[in-house]
Amino acid sequence: MKVWHFSEMAYHPAWPEVKDSYRVVIPNRLYDPKIGADLYHRYLDEWALCDELGINIMTNEHHATATCADSVCTIPMAILARETKKVRLLALGMPIGNRNDPIRVAEEYSMLDVISRGRIEMGFVKGVPFEISPANTNPADLTERFWEAHDLILKAMTTHDGPFNWEGTHFHYRSVNVWPRPWQEPHPPVWMPVGSPGSATEAAERGMTIGVLNTGWVRTPPIFEAYRKRAAEAGRLMTPQRLAYMALIGVGNTREEGRRRADQILDYSRTSGIVAPQFMNPPGYASVAQSAQALRTSGAGFRAGRIQSRDGCAIDPRKMTVDDAIDAGLSFAGTPDDVFDQLRAFYDHVGGFGHLLMMGQGGLLSHEETVANLTLFSKVVLPRLEELGV
Amino acid sequence: MERIQIGDVSLEMRTAGEGPPLLFLHGGDYVAQNQGFLDRLARRWQVLIPRHPGFGRSARPDGFRSVHDLAYLYLDLIDRQRLGDVVLVGASFGGWVALELCVRSVERIGRLVLIDTLGVKFGGREEQDIADIYALPTEEVLRRTFFNPAHAAPDYSILDDDDVASIASDRAATALFGWRPYMHDPGLRRWLHRVRVPALVIWGQSDGIVSPDYGERLCRSLHDARFELIREAGHYPQIEQPEAVADAIERFVRAEVER
Repeated sequence: MKVWHFSEMAYHPAWPEVKDSYRVVIPNRLYDPKIGADLYHRYLDEWALCDELGINIMTNEHHATATCADSVCTIPMAILARETKKVRLLALGMPIGNRNDPIRVAEEYSMLDVISRGRIEMGFVKGVPFEISPANTNPADLTERFWEAHDLILKAMTTHDGPFNWEGTHFHYRSVNVWPRPWQEPHPPVWMPVGSPGSATEAAERGMTIGVLNTGWVRTPPIFEAYRKRAAEAGRLMTPQRLAYMALIGVGNTREEGRRRADQILDYSRTSGIVAPQFMNPPGYASVAQSAQALRTSGAGFRAGRIQSRDGCAIDPRKMTVDDAIDAGLSFAGTPDDVFDQLRAFYDHVGGFGHLLMMGQGGLLSHEETVANLTLFSKVVLPRLEELGV
Repeated sequence: MERIQIGDVSLEMRTAGEGPPLLFLHGGDYVAQNQGFLDRLARRWQVLIPRHPGFGRSARPDGFRSVHDLAYLYLDLIDRQRLGDVVLVGASFGGWVALELCVRSVERIGRLVLIDTLGVKFGGREEQDIADIYALPTEEVLRRTFFNPAHAAPDYSILDDDDVASIASDRAATALFGWRPYMHDPGLRRWLHRVRVPALVIWGQSDGIVSPDYGERLCRSLHDARFELIREAGHYPQIEQPEAVADAIERFVRAEVER
């Protein structure tokens, strides 16, 4: 199993100032660039350490928010492409339905792939609803735009005999000719985060690796099952390496230490969903049925109830405890044995997966604590993952 | 309810009343709430009430995605039904469609009535002519939309599933047609001189979505238009004051006939 360390590079010093929205409308006067620079460097140091620890690296991006100061996922990737030598680099990823220029995306990923000598894995994301406003992209045709951008980027990265023409519904270029071409053939592996069986089906048809985030014990199995079923129908090679699961991981020399680390990382879950309600259900973003339900429960958005306990009860993420998160399958925490046992139980429950996306830093977890968390994981838990057989 | 095939569009349309033709183009939201107003108009006119493709349960063909498509569709409808001297009434988003239609052809249009219409950009790049209903808190949008929100706004929690689904579709379709540039066509202002038909611009005095000032400016941009403010009404005066708006339209049409 491959393990990837993920952090949202949170700008947590602003959190005490937040009233009702960590996103979209939070003014950047709450951001101090001098503190922000220190934070960027420490998060990058933690990722660089991963190269020594044998843990791969995952970045992401969000916009206009204090929960994630990584607004351009390829910038830390660019720094790490040179600073690291061994591990693989995943951006999960680029919101290609919200970016106006897919060719620029193809260029960024190709250049990263060459500088890193073929260590890039490229994620394409549709983006959560509150990313619509910062990008001012039309939510009603986001899916259509996403797939057109996806097709164009892959064609641009795999065409090596000069310019081609693209006059689609959303994107228009008469001379597509991306330099450099990517290092990996035919192109870096493609990932997509998925939150529903329907999206898993779309990814399976195309052989993409899916990253499943915050879906836990209840919602993950039908997503993985939908992927396996559709991949088999489409004649796609199905391996566990097509499936990735994200968990918040706190490991310590004592159970208390591991759980304390997980508790701090959990501030990610407690903050990242707090968004002014008008941005939670942009028109046309969700299906008519989901959107109708959201209108009835005004303010909750269609994403309400996504975090569920093992027995299917809704958990309020703002008040989630470590016990809640472990029960829900969102966090693995405690001693190395605790973490391994929880991981194995989850792995068996969902029928296996090939990638563990480890949120090894979140919220206010300090640099020293993050280093200790990642180091202990790499030394004691990582070697045991072979026992899972993937 | 009937369906009229126009090209690849299966247009959903109701017709009410008898008399000379009046085509009503609905806004982006609160479509069902127009009923009282339309009943009132149907006493004097044959009122044609299409549902824009993509709204409610009406189908939208692939690629049918701009207000220009809507304008051509309704020009085709008017031709197809062999209507003449039509009173064209557009409210909010529907007023935008009506303007796009009229800059293309007023051949079969007798009068134009614009109610709290969107679609034209007058202000500078840092001015918001049209309030961003997708970025404001829901309560504020309601306050800006209605003079009396408690009286005019439906309670989604007690509507049946079909009606709420229909409203969700309206929201999605409005976004599809009007998200960016936001609720206007940057080129429309240049061609407003082509609206060579007598026009009445009606505005709710308390409209907080597009202000009465915007309405007056729109009125001045048309070569033969008069402005009428409706008291105790917001962005949808025909919903809050159906009698007053219908009376204003009747007076306007009668005066034009007598002129």
